[in-house]
Amino acid sequence: MKIGRVAGTIVSTICVPVFENRKLLLVDLLDTDGKATGTDLIAVDVVGAGAGETVLVLDEGNGARQVLEAPDAPVRAVVVGVIDELMIGE
Amino acid sequence: MELGRVTGTVVATTIYEGLEGARLLIVQPLDRTLKPRGRPVVAADGVAMAAPGDLVAVVASREASLALPPPPGPVDHAIVGIVDAVEEWSR
Repeated sequence: MKIGRVAGTIVSTICVPVFENRKLLLVDLLDTDGKATGTDLIAVDVVGAGAGETVLVLDEGNGARQVLEAPDAPVRAVVVGVIDELMIGE
Repeated sequence: MELGRVTGTVVATTIYEGLEGARLLIVQPLDRTLKPRGRPVVAADGVAMAAPGDLVAVVASREASLALPPPPGPVDHAIVGIVDAVEEWSR
């Protein structure tokens, strides 16, 4: 999984069924120092993450489909947690 | 998944079975500030409504083939949504 910061939302009316009535988040990916890596992705929110929160992003299709209980959905990235604190090293 | 802008269409008469009838579009991947990132890709249109100029959400890798009707075809990028708005939160 990856660490990211919620940077915004995506509004999409015409979309695949799995995205209907779900929140799509724009997530900046972070390194372990909490700095932005310069890449971002769109992820489906299943935990109610809010603006600016540090989140745990699953970027893998099989797990994503399992989380969304949608076995045939074209989805790969899901926000699966809100990170309270990161401790590196001692 | 990532953002992209549809920049063109691809017409291929001779194509692998399973891809007949699929709309193929050229998509330039974008970062969240809508700046181009990397090289354009050919993506199958999973919503069957995307057109040049549209801002779209694109899914890559194996998941792309799931955006088309089954069985899964040889596709590595697919459009899974037409983006109406990107709402960025200020920090």
